[in-house]
Amino acid sequence: MNAPTKAIGSAPTARRSGPRFRLTAAQRGILLAAGIFAVMFAVYGWKQSVGLTPNVINTAANKGALLALVAMAQTLPILTRGLDLSVGAVFVLANCLASSVVVGDPMMTGVGIVVVLIAGLLCGALNGVIIVYGRLQPLIVTLATGAIFFGVSLAIRPQPGGSVNFEFADFMTRSTYAVPHSVILLVMVVVLVWIPYRRSVLGRAAFAIGSAEQAAYMSGVPIERAKVLAYALSGFLAAIGGLLLTALTYSGAAKITIANDYTLNSIGAVVIGGTSLFGGVGSAIGSIFGAFVMRTVGDLLIVFDINPVLQPLFVGIVLLVAVSIGSLRILRIKNKLDLYR
Amino acid sequence: MGVFNAIARQFDRATIIAFGCIGVLLLIGSLAEPAFLSPQYLIQQLHVASFLGVVATGVMLVILLGHIDLSIPWTIGVGGMMATGAVSILGPEWGVPLAIPFGICCGALIGVINGLGVAYLRAPSMIFTLGMNAVAQGLMVYHTGGFAPQDRATELMRELTVGQLIPGVPNPILIWIFVGAAAMFMLNRSTLGRQIYAIGNQERAVFLSGVDTRKVILICFVISGACAAATGVLLAGWANRSYQAMGDPYLLPTIAAIILGGTNVLGGRGKYIGTVAGVILITILQSMLSVVQPQRYFAQLGLDFPADTFRQVVFGLVIFGMLLIYGRQQLVR
Amino acid sequence: MPLLRMEGISKHYGGVRALENVSFEARRGSIHALLGENGAGKSTLIKVLSGVVQPDAGTISIDGEPVQFANPQEANDAGISCIFQELSLLPDLTVADNIGITRPPKKFGMIDFAAQRRIAEAALARVGGESIDPLATVSELSLSRRQMVEIAKAMARDPKILILDEATSALTAADVEKVFAMLHTLRSEGMSIIYISHRMNEIAELADTCTVYRNGQKVETFEAGTKSDNAIVEMMIGREYDSVFPPKIAKTLDAAPVLRVKDFSWQDQLNGINLQIRPGEIVGLGGLDGQGQKQLQLGLFGTLIGATGSVEINGKPVNLTSPKRAKSDEIGMALIPEDRKGEGLMLPMTVRENLSFAAVEKVSRFGLVDQAAEESAIAEMVSLLKIKSDGIDGPVAALSGGNQQKVVIGKWLMTRPRIILLNDPTRGIDVGTKQEIYQLLQKLAGEGAAILFYSTDYDELIGCCDRVLVMYDGAVVRTLSGDQLTETNLVSAALNLPAGNVEADIAVQAREIAK
Repeated sequence: MNAPTKAIGSAPTARRSGPRFRLTAAQRGILLAAGIFAVMFAVYGWKQSVGLTPNVINTAANKGALLALVAMAQTLPILTRGLDLSVGAVFVLANCLASSVVVGDPMMTGVGIVVVLIAGLLCGALNGVIIVYGRLQPLIVTLATGAIFFGVSLAIRPQPGGSVNFEFADFMTRSTYAVPHSVILLVMVVVLVWIPYRRSVLGRAAFAIGSAEQAAYMSGVPIERAKVLAYALSGFLAAIGGLLLTALTYSGAAKITIANDYTLNSIGAVVIGGTSLFGGVGSAIGSIFGAFVMRTVGDLLIVFDINPVLQPLFVGIVLLVAVSIGSLRILRIKNKLDLYR
Repeated sequence: MGVFNAIARQFDRATIIAFGCIGVLLLIGSLAEPAFLSPQYLIQQLHVASFLGVVATGVMLVILLGHIDLSIPWTIGVGGMMATGAVSILGPEWGVPLAIPFGICCGALIGVINGLGVAYLRAPSMIFTLGMNAVAQGLMVYHTGGFAPQDRATELMRELTVGQLIPGVPNPILIWIFVGAAAMFMLNRSTLGRQIYAIGNQERAVFLSGVDTRKVILICFVISGACAAATGVLLAGWANRSYQAMGDPYLLPTIAAIILGGTNVLGGRGKYIGTVAGVILITILQSMLSVVQPQRYFAQLGLDFPADTFRQVVFGLVIFGMLLIYGRQQLVR
Repeated sequence: MPLLRMEGISKHYGGVRALENVSFEARRGSIHALLGENGAGKSTLIKVLSGVVQPDAGTISIDGEPVQFANPQEANDAGISCIFQELSLLPDLTVADNIGITRPPKKFGMIDFAAQRRIAEAALARVGGESIDPLATVSELSLSRRQMVEIAKAMARDPKILILDEATSALTAADVEKVFAMLHTLRSEGMSIIYISHRMNEIAELADTCTVYRNGQKVETFEAGTKSDNAIVEMMIGREYDSVFPPKIAKTLDAAPVLRVKDFSWQDQLNGINLQIRPGEIVGLGGLDGQGQKQLQLGLFGTLIGATGSVEINGKPVNLTSPKRAKSDEIGMALIPEDRKGEGLMLPMTVRENLSFAAVEKVSRFGLVDQAAEESAIAEMVSLLKIKSDGIDGPVAALSGGNQQKVVIGKWLMTRPRIILLNDPTRGIDVGTKQEIYQLLQKLAGEGAAILFYSTDYDELIGCCDRVLVMYDGAVVRTLSGDQLTETNLVSAALNLPAGNVEADIAVQAREIAK
C-alpha cells in the first residue's frame, strides 16, 4: 500500500472510549519523565546526608537547568524530524562571548546579554538557512557548523578566563525562598518562548512537518520558514544556556568536551522527555524533565557511592534503552516491506 | 584496455577534484616552503594519514549503506586501551601475543551491538551509535578509573607503528594499503560489495531481491568497529600508551574525509579511491595549517587566535564547499 | 456559463500519454462523475485541476477567468478543494489542528485554538462526523474516521469546487450515507462537485452528469440516467489495439500444480484465497486496483507477517518467510514488483549490477563475483530481452521505462525461476515493449514456468492468460477462462456486479454485429 505517512495504515483502529480527559502522547511523555525525575530526586534527597536543603536544591537546579536549556534547544529541530549537533557548540560559543561582553555597568551588561542572545539566534538561523536552502542533511550541516562555532569560540577565548557582571551572575544562580532562580528562568522560557511558539502558525507547522512532510506540503504549510525558525530558536535557547553557564562559572572556556557532552546529553534528554526522534510528537517541557533525569543520574551515583566516572556509561545506557523502546513499533509491522522505506 | 577501464572507473568527478585540491595545496605550499614537495614530508604525511585512513575505511562502508557511525571516537579509545591493557586483563602469558587481536575484537564487539541495534531493532543509527559511544566511554573510564592508563604498548604494537618493514616506508602506510586494498577489492568484486552499494541506493529493492539486508548492515558495522579499534591500536603503539579521549579528534576528520572523497552522505555512491583522496587532503590541510600558521598573520593584525580555530573553521567551510558541489538532495515533492 | 472550464488539456509522462487534448466543464450546483478504467486519465485530470501537476498544454478557467496553478496551495486559494485517495492528514496532530492547518484562525498573532475547535466542530458536523472528537489525535482514529476528517478538512476551506477522488472507498456504509447526504446539500447550495468512484451504484445515486475517459481521451459526456450500466462499461472498455497479443501456445496442462495455495488470509486484506498453477500455465489476477492482488503476491513472496493458510510447492508444504527463502533453489520463485523504481531497481547503479543482482550468488564463488560468468549470463539476458542501452556499465536510470522494466524482468530470469509473479509489468511502458513482454511470457510458459500475472489492463489479461482470477475486497470472486474470458465479464466481475447479466450478453452480441 502506498500509505503516505508512518503512522497511518498500521496504527490500531480502536478508539478510546472517553472523549475528554485524554492525554496526548506528548503529555504522557512529560508526565512519565516528571514522574521518573520525582522518584529519582526523592531518593537522592533521602540518601543525601544533609537532606534537601535550599542549597542542595539550588545546586541541583542550576546544574539541571543548563542541560534543560540545551535540551529544549535540541527539541525544536527534532520535532521537524531534523537534528542539531551544533547545540553544544552554540552553548559554548555563548559562554565564551558572554564572558567577554556581559560586563560593566547594568546598561553595558544588558546590551551584552542581548548581543549573546542575538548571536545564538544567528547561529541557529545559519543552520536553518543552510539546511533548507542548501538542501543538505541536518546531521552533516550541524556537524560542520558546530566545528565552525567552536572555532569561533576558541578565537574569542583562547584560554579559559574572562569575567561576568557579578550582580547578574549572582542573581541568576541564587534562590529566593528556596526557589532557585534558574528554575524561574526555565519557567519563563516555557511561558515566553515555548508556549507562544507552540501556539504560533510556524510552531504548529514544525509539528506538521515532523509528522508528515509531504502531507504538510499538500496542506499548504510554510515548510521552509518553519524549519528556519525551528533552528534559529534552537540557537537562541542554547545561547540562554550559555549565559547561565557563564553566570555559574564566572568565566568562559572553549572546551570541546563541554560542547560534545551537552550535545549528546541533550539528545538523551529529548528522548527521555517523550519527544519522538521521527518528529511530530513531543514537547520542550518533557525535555526539561528529561534533562533533570539525566543530571540526577550523576547525583544518584554519588549518594549510592558508585564511582562517578561511570556517569557516561549510565547516560549511554539510558539513551540506548530510550531509542530501543522506540523500536517496539516494529512488532506491530505486518508487512516486512514496511520496514524498508 | 579492460584493465585501464577498470582503473578509470575508480576515479569519479569528486575523486579527481579531491586529488586536484591536494596537488594545488602542495604547489601553493611549496611556493612558501619548498620542503612541502620533499619525499620525506610526503611520506610523513602519508604516515599520519594512515591512522585516519584505516578508521575511514570502516566508516565509509557504514556511510555507503546510508547510515552513520558516531561511536568511532571511543571505539578508537577501546581499541587502544584494550590492546595496551590486554596484559593486565588476560595475564602476561596471553596478553602480550593477543594484545592486538584483543583490542580489535573489543572494537568489533561494539560494532556488533551497533549493527544489532540499527539493523534488527531499526533504531536510528545516528542516535544508537551516539549512545554506544557514551557506553564505551563509560566502560573505558571505569576500566582506567578515570586516570591516564599506565599500561604500555607491546613490542609488536610499537613495531607496527614506528617500524619500517620496507626501508623508508613506515609500517602504518603498509597497513593502510593492505586494509584499503582489501576494502576496494571487497567493494568492487564481491557480492557483499554489490549489496552494500545497493542497500544505500534502495534497501526495499534489495530486500525484494532476496538479500538479508540486516546481515549486510551488521557486517558493515562490525567492520567499522574493528577498523576504528585498529586505528586505536596503531595510535597506542605510536604514543607507546593509550590515553583518555584518544579518538576524539578523529570523528569530524573521518566523516569529512569520506564526504570530501565524494561518498554520498545518504549512501549508495562513492569510491574507495575517493576516500583515500579525502584522507590525504584532510591530513595535508591540517599539516599545512600548523606549518603555515595563519594565526601569526592575524596576530600581526592584533588578533590572537589559537591554531585550533583555523582547523575547525576551515574544516567546516571545506565540508560545505564540497557538499554544495555534489551533496545536495533532490527536492522531493 | 460553467463555473469551471478546462480546454485542450494534454499531459505526457516521459513518452506515455496520460491526457490528450481533453476538455471538461463543471456547472454550479451539480455533481459530475468521472468514469474510466484504471489509467484512463481521470486521476491525471484531477491532479492538473488541483495543482499537483502542471499540464503540457491547455487552459483552465474559473468563472471565465483564466487561471494557472503552480502548486496545491494556489488551487486551494482559487476555491478548489480535493480529497485524494491517499490521505493528506498529519497523523500526530489533532483533528482540529488538521482541519485548521491551511487557514488557522488567529488572535494576537497566535492560533486561536478555541475558534479553531469551533470551526472543526462545524466542519465535522457538516459532513456528518459529529461523533469525532476534534481534540483526538488523528493516528488514533480508524481509517473510516480519518477519511471523514479528510472530507471535513476540505470542507473547512469553503471550496467552490469540491473533488472527491475515490474518497468513499475507505468509508463504512453508514458514513457513506452521511457523506452523500452532505453532497446533496452542497449541491443544492450551489457547489460544483466532481466525483470519481469505481462503485457504479454510488454514481447512479449521486451524479447529474457523467463523463467517460479512455486512454487519456474523453469518450463522451452525458446526463446521468440516460445510459445503462452496461452501455457505460462498453464505453469504458473501448478498443484500441487488437492483435498485439501473440497466440497462446497450445499446451496440455496435465502436470501436477507447481504452486498450490489453500485458504490464504492476511489481516483483513486477503480473505481465504485458493489457487493453483501448473507448469506452463499463465494465470491472471484481475479486478480493480487495490483489491489485494499486490498483497497476495507479496504474501507468496514471503514478506507478510502472520499470513495464514498453506502453500505447497510441487506438492510439498513450504513456509515462505522471506524473499530470500522464496528465491532459493528449493522454491524458485521470482517477483517482478509493481514499482520498478522503488522496488525493482537501484537506479543510480549500472545495468550490469542491476541485472545480476538477484542471481549474483549463481555467478559467484566464495563470495567473489566471477566476472566471466557474470558477463556471459548478462550477455544472454541482454540478447534474450533485447535490452537497449549505451552499454551495460551505464546507470540503469538512463534507460527508457520499457528497457528498465526489461532489466527488472531479466534480473529475475537470471535466477531461473519456476514460478514467476508479475505485478502490472506493462504499466507506463510503450506498446512495442509491451508486445515483447507478452511474447516473452508465452515463451517462458512454453518452457514450463508457472506464471501469476496481475494486470490493471483487461486486454492484457484476456490476451495473455489461460485463466483469470478476479479479486474484490481481498477475495477471489470469480474465475474466468475460455469463452468466459471477455472484457464485459472481467469488468462486471471487477465491479462485483452479478454474473451472467443478460444485458451484458446483449452488449457482447451487439459488438459482434457492429464488427
